Amino acid sequence: MLSAELRDHLIRIEALVVGASAGAIEALNQLLPIVPENARIPLVVVVHLPPNRASLLPQIFAARCAACVREPEDKQPVAAGNIWFAPSNYHLLLEPDCSFGFSTDLPVNFSRPSIDVLFESAADVFGERLGCIVLTGANDDGAHGASTIRRRGGLVIVQDPNSAEAKQMPNAAIARANPQLIATLPEIAESIRLATRAAP
Amino acid sequence: MPEDIEIRLLLDAIYLRYHYDFRSYSAASIKRRLNAAKVQMNAATLSALQERVLREPRVFSQLLQFLTVGVSDMFRDPSFFRVLREQIVPELRTYPSIRVWIAGCSTGEELYSFAIVLREESLLERTTLYATDINPEALHKAEQGLYPLDRLQAFTENHQLSGSKCSLSEHYTAAYGSAVFDRSLRKNVVFSDHSLATDSVFAEVQLVSCRNVLIYFDRSLQDRALGLMKDSLCRRGFLGLGSKESLMFSEHASAFRDFVASERWFQRC
Repeated sequence: MLSAELRDHLIRIEALVVGASAGAIEALNQLLPIVPENARIPLVVVVHLPPNRASLLPQIFAARCAACVREPEDKQPVAAGNIWFAPSNYHLLLEPDCSFGFSTDLPVNFSRPSIDVLFESAADVFGERLGCIVLTGANDDGAHGASTIRRRGGLVIVQDPNSAEAKQMPNAAIARANPQLIATLPEIAESIRLATRAAP
Repeated sequence: MPEDIEIRLLLDAIYLRYHYDFRSYSAASIKRRLNAAKVQMNAATLSALQERVLREPRVFSQLLQFLTVGVSDMFRDPSFFRVLREQIVPELRTYPSIRVWIAGCSTGEELYSFAIVLREESLLERTTLYATDINPEALHKAEQGLYPLDRLQAFTENHQLSGSKCSLSEHYTAAYGSAVFDRSLRKNVVFSDHSLATDSVFAEVQLVSCRNVLIYFDRSLQDRALGLMKDSLCRRGFLGLGSKESLMFSEHASAFRDFVASERWFQRC
């Protein structure tokens, strides 16, 4: 059961950013189909990808999700009701006017896209009205970004490392970010349901 | 946030002192770059960095490296170069002399990719390439055409995927851990300091390639830059952008039509 405090925060967030690496598809498969077609907020997802081919994730998840799944264009508004996937070979950032930005700067944590880059820029835009979820993965990407989000009063959710295909990423996020919730995928799914369901 | 104020003040200071205009760059990535510079240049705050930048031009050139250099590969997005080779080169062939502008050429990866395609298609001899950037150190590197050998494997794979019938190694010599690209590739290249933020049109060209440069600009600066490209291009001239860049949000959209939209090739109306 999610605490009252947590539920209250979940229904107040205005965006949800998600990071995953090794084992990402399996985990996202249990989470993203929860997002309703007319979701109240946008979800922005970074999955570590090999640099030299186009990402297949939008295609894979479009077939399984009710919400619209897409890859953003530069300066496109971060519109609610969508699940946005970072493309390969760019960092994805959120700009202060709530549009998407991109960079080809060096990889961060050996990754481009990097979860930290998205999380830190999103923390600047949304502050306490931001939620993040760190899922399975085999490096430390996302930990720094999650701690920035936490420091700004945002909500940090981390997959229980014991339930994750790769523990390192959740472990690093737990060590650095003091998450409000450490949970299995079904519990995280419940959080997403609360955060994204359309206003009554 | 005090930090956001510091960023504004620093960018104002840079503009007033050195006439480099970063004030309309995308806020999120300039913030990352400035914070990276702050850490690596051992400044406690951006205000402290500003004090040094204002008084020491050498510190500014150091900072400029953080503010401008993106990282590119040769033949990045090979399918973009396949369209160049298969659909645009035949049109370029109809011109007696060809002028190409590589806007924001940085350290030259994009420039050499174009020069190599043009050479392989026997057009290089009658082409002038304008390679422009605001960073003199990057331009100097572009002019040298020297890349670490460990990057060549990726370049070679991309080159093959771009539809070349030759080997990339025909265009460079390996020596001392580096690949030196042939001098003849840059015989007709004009390297020049040019800012999309503050300078104006300098030539009429049949092709502009400006990839992964506009992503660093806010929408007003993107419009300024696209305006320069629009005014430089002859009728039916070609514009190539990066794979996430488009004319979707630009006031100049109506001056172009899609050529191969999926690969971000546009044609001047």
